[in-house]
Parts: sequence; C-alpha cells; structure tokens
Amino acid sequence: MTEIVGREGVLTTPNSLYAYSFDATPILRANPDVVVIPRTTEQLAQVLRLADAHKIPVIPRGSGTNLAGGTIPVEGGIVLNMTRFNQIYEIDEKNLTVTVGPGVITADLHKAVEAAGLFYPPDPGSQRISTIGGNVAQCAGGMRGLKYGVTKDYVLGLEYVLPSGQVLRAGGKNYKDVAGYDLTRLLVGSEGTLAVITELTLKLLPLPETKRTLVVFCEQMVDAARIVERTVADKIIPATMEFLDQATMRVVDEFSHLGLPRDVAAMLLIEQDGPEQQVARDIDRIAQIARKEGAVDVQVAKTPEEGAKLMAARRSALAALSRLRPTTILEDATVPRARLADMVEAVDRIADKYQVQICTFGHAGDGNLHPTCLTDERDREEINRVEQAFEEIFQTALELGGTITGEHGVGMAKLKYLPQRVGEGGMELMQAIKRAFDPNGIMNPGKVVARSARQRIVVNQP
Amino acid sequence: MSSFDMNELLNCMHCGFCLPSCPTFQQTGLETYSPRGRIALMKGVAEGTLPVDAEFEQNMYACLGCRACETACPAGVQYGALIEDARELIEDRKKARKRTSFARSATLKHLFMHPQRIRWGGHVLWAMQASGLQKFAEQTGLMKVLPREMAQMQAAVDTVASPAKRKRRQEVVGPDSTSRRRKELDAPAANRKPAMRVGTFTGCIMDVMFYDTNQATARLLAKAGCTVVFARHQVCCGALHAHSGEKADAMELAKQNIVAFEQADVELIVNNAGGCGAALKEYAHWFKDDPDWADRSRQFVSKMRDISELLAELPPLSFTKPVEARVTYQDSCHLAHGQGVRNQPRELIRSIPGVDYVELQNADSCCGSAGIYNITNYDMSMRILDEKMQQVANTKANLVVTTNPGCLLQMKKGILDAGLSERVQAVHIVDLLNQAL
Ligand SMILES: Cc1cc2nc3c(=O)[nH]c(=O)nc-3n(C[C@H](O)[C@H](O)[C@H](O)COP(=O)(O)OP(=O)(O)OC[C@H]3O[C@@H](n4cnc5c(N)ncnc54)[C@H](O)[C@@H]3O)c2cc1C
Ligand code: SF4
Ligand code: SF4
Repeated sequence: MTEIVGREGVLTTPNSLYAYSFDATPILRANPDVVVIPRTTEQLAQVLRLADAHKIPVIPRGSGTNLAGGTIPVEGGIVLNMTRFNQIYEIDEKNLTVTVGPGVITADLHKAVEAAGLFYPPDPGSQRISTIGGNVAQCAGGMRGLKYGVTKDYVLGLEYVLPSGQVLRAGGKNYKDVAGYDLTRLLVGSEGTLAVITELTLKLLPLPETKRTLVVFCEQMVDAARIVERTVADKIIPATMEFLDQATMRVVDEFSHLGLPRDVAAMLLIEQDGPEQQVARDIDRIAQIARKEGAVDVQVAKTPEEGAKLMAARRSALAALSRLRPTTILEDATVPRARLADMVEAVDRIADKYQVQICTFGHAGDGNLHPTCLTDERDREEINRVEQAFEEIFQTALELGGTITGEHGVGMAKLKYLPQRVGEGGMELMQAIKRAFDPNGIMNPGKVVARSARQRIVVNQP
Repeated sequence: MSSFDMNELLNCMHCGFCLPSCPTFQQTGLETYSPRGRIALMKGVAEGTLPVDAEFEQNMYACLGCRACETACPAGVQYGALIEDARELIEDRKKARKRTSFARSATLKHLFMHPQRIRWGGHVLWAMQASGLQKFAEQTGLMKVLPREMAQMQAAVDTVASPAKRKRRQEVVGPDSTSRRRKELDAPAANRKPAMRVGTFTGCIMDVMFYDTNQATARLLAKAGCTVVFARHQVCCGALHAHSGEKADAMELAKQNIVAFEQADVELIVNNAGGCGAALKEYAHWFKDDPDWADRSRQFVSKMRDISELLAELPPLSFTKPVEARVTYQDSCHLAHGQGVRNQPRELIRSIPGVDYVELQNADSCCGSAGIYNITNYDMSMRILDEKMQQVANTKANLVVTTNPGCLLQMKKGILDAGLSERVQAVHIVDLLNQAL
C-alpha cells in the first residue's frame, strides 16, 4: 500500500485506527485495519484493485458526519480517506456548472460559487464540515429542500472508480442526457456501496437577489402544520420552512441567546429568497396566513444578519440538543407533508409510552422530521426502550405513507427497515445491481443491501 | 491519579463542527489532529481500549490548547478541561515510571515555580543582550548548544529591562492627578468615591520580557483614575503547568496568588496576558471541590479582568497622540475563546486617533505560539505561523496588535521570517494605547 500512496498516506497505528473507527452516529464503532489516503484517481484505482484482489473491504469516507453508521468499518478493512480530493477544478459560468473533487467541504463550495454570483442550493446542517462526496453518496438534503430539492437534483455528472480499478464517467455538463440508464442518479445515494466517486460536476443556479426570514410561534403543533399546508396551498413555495418543538427551542436558545419565548409549543422558521419585491410580497402573505391560522406571534427579521442568525441557530439545533443528556440519537423519518402534525403527535405519544425524552425538529416543508432522543448510552435498559420507541416511530411513518429516511440514508442504522420499504423484489434487484458493480462485495460491506440484515439496528451495536 | 470526566467525553457527539476551526486539523486533515479525534482517543483511554503510551502522548501534545474548538462546539464540550485531564494523566503515568524529560522539568519546575529565578534569568538575559554577548553567542555558534527551537525563537526577543530599572518600580502608583482632578470636578461631592484600588498581575515571563508593558499598564490605569498596586509575593499563574499536565504545581501557584492579592486588598485585579488571564479566571474551577479554597478562589476570579475588559468598564481614556498606521488585531486564543473578550480590544484600538483599522482574516485562529508549543512542536507551529503571516501580509497593515506575550513573540518571529520587518511591527495593545495617551 505504501508503494501506491506513499508512507504518509497509510495510517496503521492504534490511535489512528481508533480515530477512524467512528462517525457522527452514536454508539457504533469498529476499527479498520488500515486508513489509506489517496491523492489521485490513479492511486485510488490501484488501491481498489489491490483490495479487490484480496477481497479486503473498502469504506470510502468524507468527513464522517453521517448519522447512519455509513463509514463504520464493521468488517474491518480499509478506510479510504477522500479528504485530499479537495480541489475545485472549474466554475463554468457559461454552462452554470462547477466541477470539484469529492473532498471539497460543502461550505467552501458555497463560498466559492457565491463569490461568482452563483448558487449551489443543497445545504445540509453539517455543511460546515461535510464533504460534497459524502453529500452525493448520501444524497444529503437540507433546509432549502422544499423549493430547491436535494443533492440529487444538482448532480450532472461524475467520475467513479469500480472495485476492479476501472475508471468510468457518467453524465457530464449536459442538462439533458438520456443516453442509456441514468448511472449518475444510481450512484447518488449509493452510500459508498457501489464505487468510489472521484469527481463531480454539479449544476448551479443564479444567486437569488435577496432573502428574508420570518419566525412564527404556535401554541400547538397542529397550528404549525396547518400554516405549512396553507402556505403551500396558497401557491407560495418558500425556500425554507423549518420547525422546532418547544424542547428544541429551549436548548437552541441557551446556545445562541436569541431570546426565544419559552412557553410556545412550536416555532416555524420560514425563509424566502428571490427578487426583492416578490420576496416582500411572499413574506407578507405568509405572515397573514400564519396570523389567520392561529399563530401566537409572527416576527419578520429586520436585517439579513438577523435572519442569518436565526438560520444558524436552527443549524445548530441537533448539536445543541446534545447538551442535555450524554447521548443524542437523531433519527430521520419522513411523511407526506399533509401528515406532518399526525406524525409529530405520534412521536410525542410514543415518547410518553416508552418514557423516553424525544425532541423533534426538522424540515416542515418537506415533511422530513428529526425525532431526536436524549439518552445515556451507559443505561442499557433505557437504550432498549429507545430502540422500541424508534421502531414504533418508523412503523408509524410507513403507515402514514412516509419513508424510513428522508436524507440520512440507510447505512447500518436502517438496514432492518429497508425490506419493508422497498419490498422483497426491490431488495433482490438492489442486490443484483450491487453485484454488477462490486462482484466481490468489497465496497462498504454491511451497509444498505447487506445480505443478512441484523436485528436491533438503530442504536444497538451489532 | 486523575481520570476523565466521562460525562464530558460523552457530551461530544462527533458532529465534527469543531474540525474547521482547529489549526492542527487544518494543517494535516487528519482525525487524530482534530478535537473530535482527540476526544475519541481520550474516550478510548477512558474505556481502557487504548493505552496511555507515547503515541497518545504525542497526539495530546500536538494540540495547541487554543480552544477554538470550544467556541465552535454547539454541544458545549469543555475541551480545555479535557485536554488538561489528558495531559495530567500522561504526566502522572510518566511520574510513576520516573522518566520526566529534563528540559521540561527544567523549565516548568525549576524556573516557573520560582519567581526569583525568573527574575534572575531576566537579569542574565539583559546582561547578555546589553554586552553584545548574545550576538557573540550567535556568531560563534554557541547558540547551537541550545536546542534548535529555543535558538530560533530567541531571535524575536527584544532587549529586556535592566535590573536597575526593575528596582525603581513603585509598589503603589497613585491615580493620575490630571484625570483625578477632572473626575472630582465631574462627580457631585456626595458620591465622590476614593480611587478604585486595582492590583496588577505582572506575570512571570511577562514581567521579565515585557517589563515596560507592565509599567505601561499601570500608567493607563492611573490615567483612568485608579490606584494601582503591584502586589508582592505574586507568582506565575500556573497556566503552563496546567496545560502540561502538572496540575498540582499549578494549584500550588494559584494558592500563592490568591493569598498575595488578598493581602494587597484590591477591588479588582487586572492582567495583560490573555493566556495568564484565562488560567487566573479558571482558579474557581480548579478549587471547586476544595472547601478551604473554593470560596477564596471564587472571590479572586470575580475580581479578575483583562486589561481591555477593564478599560472598557472604566470611563474612556482620551487618546491625544494620533497613531498614523494601518492596524490589525490578532486575537489571543485564551482571551477570545477562553475568556470571550473579543470586541473590547478592537474598540480600544479603533478609538485611537489616526488608526486605520483592518480586520485580519481568521483573526481568532491560533498563531501557533500556544504557551511553549512553539518550542515543543516547532514544525507544526511554524506551518501555522506561515499561514498566519500570509494573512497578515494580505491586510497590508503596519502594526499587528496582540494581547499576550507568547503571541507577541510569535508575531515578531513570523514577521522576521516572512521578511516583513521593513513595514510591519508587532506590538502589545497596552504599549500601543500608552503611546497614544
Ligand atoms: C450536525 C449534523 C447535521 C446534519 N444535517 C444534515 C442535513 O441537514 N441533511 C442531510 O442530508 N444530512 C445531514 N447530516 C448527515 C451528514 O452530514 C450528511 O450525510 C453528509 O452528506 C455526510 O457527508 P460526509 O462528508 O461527512 O460523509 P461521510 O459521513 O464521511 O460518508 C457518508 C457516506 O458516503 C460515502 N462516501 C463518502 N465519500 C465518498 C466517495 N467519494 N465516493 C463514494 N462514497 C463516498 C461513505 O462511504 C458513507 O457511506 C447531518 C449530520 C450532522 C452531524
Ligand atoms: S463540535 Fe463539539 S460535539 Fe461536535 S465533534 Fe467537536 S467537540 Fe464533539
Ligand atoms: S484546542 Fe485548538 S488545536 Fe487543540 S483541538 Fe481545539 S482547536 Fe484544535
């Protein structure tokens, strides 16, 4: 291995292996046998060829911020650190595309394209540190999903390397391309189980002229849900519609000192962007709807800075929650928008039933909820109750016509639920596709389409 | 035997938000050089999965202790306390193995524990500088006897104050009569208060290498209407010891300081070194479980102010001598991340007539000085410094203002190495303010 990537590119000491044995997923941990840091596609192809020949597992890794156990080397092997592929190769202002290495930090990409007056909308809460490669492999969403969609809507083309070492390209700069199966889309959200992505061409938009933020406080969750529904029904699509429940608001406030009220049940954070007049009109209209539909207070951020501060606070929600109890388990269930209030109420009921503390926040506009459980991993009995509560939450989501994950992916965490979501036929087809890319099963084994799904997956260690 | 606070370790939820703000992660891109990775390693040690060995030691000491990660962490992880615990654990284990490195113990134990020796060292340094011996040593290669790192750093050291000058220090400096008179005229007779007694924490290295800065601090406070007391029997703040895993020694020093300032009978205590200030403000945390000292240390901490913080609380000084320069400010990590003092120094600098203030990009990211890091981890420190100097050059500033002796030295070294000496100078904020009075 050192012959391929040099001595600096191979880490084998106990501390190094331990440091790459986890990602942002709580509780899960497993040591790799080696960490390899390639710098070029050529090096990477050689590493893969070697691994494939010896049937050694390969786990691609960006910044390790995923919450699905996606980068945990459950079967040991090579953790492939992709952070050195961190160049922005080209911002093509004529074609409105950007071509980057997968190791580019999402926020750095935002900065670079915005400096050219352009806009890359996907903005996962982890954008300060997550990589574009990780975003694409997970098909990350974000707060602007309602109006702008998620990562998959922006990937035009990619270069990837198969376990055989073959370097291939799919898509390119064409906005329209129906030549054959859409392998680009197939690789988006493949969670490192098919191939390693080495280059990406992403679609850009013109940077919206202005944006404004509006905060709505509600005494009941159903009011908030209704406001979301009515707004969209009124043919206004805000860029962002986030909600935080009371518990989440308290914690976020403690961290960001925004002076949020303490006695309301929920808060909606709404942002609209676009031409100035349009934005002003939309924000006014949403404020009216909110007041009519029972909001106790509606506030329009006076300055862009004030708006930015509120959005930053929302971004820190998850991490701030972790101040309350030692272990924070964030989950990701999605339901059709119209069932949002039902789902939030179900989560509350389930938390009560199992006597566990669950704070909920999420992307109200997309029906994407993050029920977040505050617990202590040392308390096995409580962890069992947490496990049962989440089990019931996912069942409920499926019953409401929802899905088991909106943006965090399957990884190890949702293995057990995937067959319920896609059916036996779906599973078989997915496994056949996996075999076509990766006949020896070296790519991120134990994730997504693992042949034997484990029991008790969300929180308990296999 | 120290051990980790498991709750604090578990508080870290591996979100990675701290990674972009960590200078050593920025340089290496490696998890073991990041706050998240270091916390994970501590967890490994706490669980008994990883040994406290040379590799662990190396990883823990590669951290600057700049605490930028604390500012970035939304989960409120007290990283500073964790890294101190880790190093204490390492040192305890080493003591058990009776293999303390000579250079470390030479500086930490035999120098910093004894104020007379520091002063004496200061005299020797002065004598060397005054007599040209230093130059001689450099030319003859005598300097090579010192470790490369020390030799490298000493190039940035200015001439220190002479023993005679030191002797002339007044122990108590009365409030400046001009400002006193003005204050009395302003205040109605009934609530005219006696001048506030402020103790100055002079610091150990600070008082040797930057004696004049301490004197200038006193002058500023006197101008602001205070009675300034140079408390006797004060000693080193203990920061270096605490950061190097010698907590017991640090606490010993802390006790002496608490006593010294109790005896000085002052309302407030001021310090002008961000690194010392952060440690001084942590005394209450150090003694929280010690019934004899908990209350006394809390009292001490409640009186402690950084000079910029205090000047912002006092009636504003009127600066009369313009400083015509383009000025930028490098935060001291322990002032910004450790004490949360960010605006006050900037406001003070801006209030000087003539100053053209420019913000330094990433001003609150560590310059690589970090206590004795630039000696113990010289190469990493210099990589960080090179980047900092690039940013300094981008500002086109002529003056870089700092608030901590270590940072000031590091800046001076950086300016020398980057060949910027012709047009850029580094200065302690107190000296700049004093110059403008
Ligand atoms: C505080 C916090 C907030 C978050 N908010 C959001 C959010 O709003 N929306 C959202 O969708 N997610 C969110 N996440 C989850 C996570 O940040 C995203 O999934 C992100 O895309 C992961 O990026 P990463 O670089 O950390 O990838 P990693 O975690 O390192 O990897 C993720 C997956 O991608 C694979 N992979 C990585 N690079 C490559 C490559 N080059 N080729 C092939 N496969 C690769 C890995 O094998 C793994 O399966 C959040 C996480 C945290 C901790
Ligand atoms: S930001 Fe805080 S919680 Fe997140 S990884 Fe860093 S120390 Fe841990
Ligand atoms: S204290 Fe500074 S160097 Fe150490 S981990 Fe935190 S940010 Fe990095």
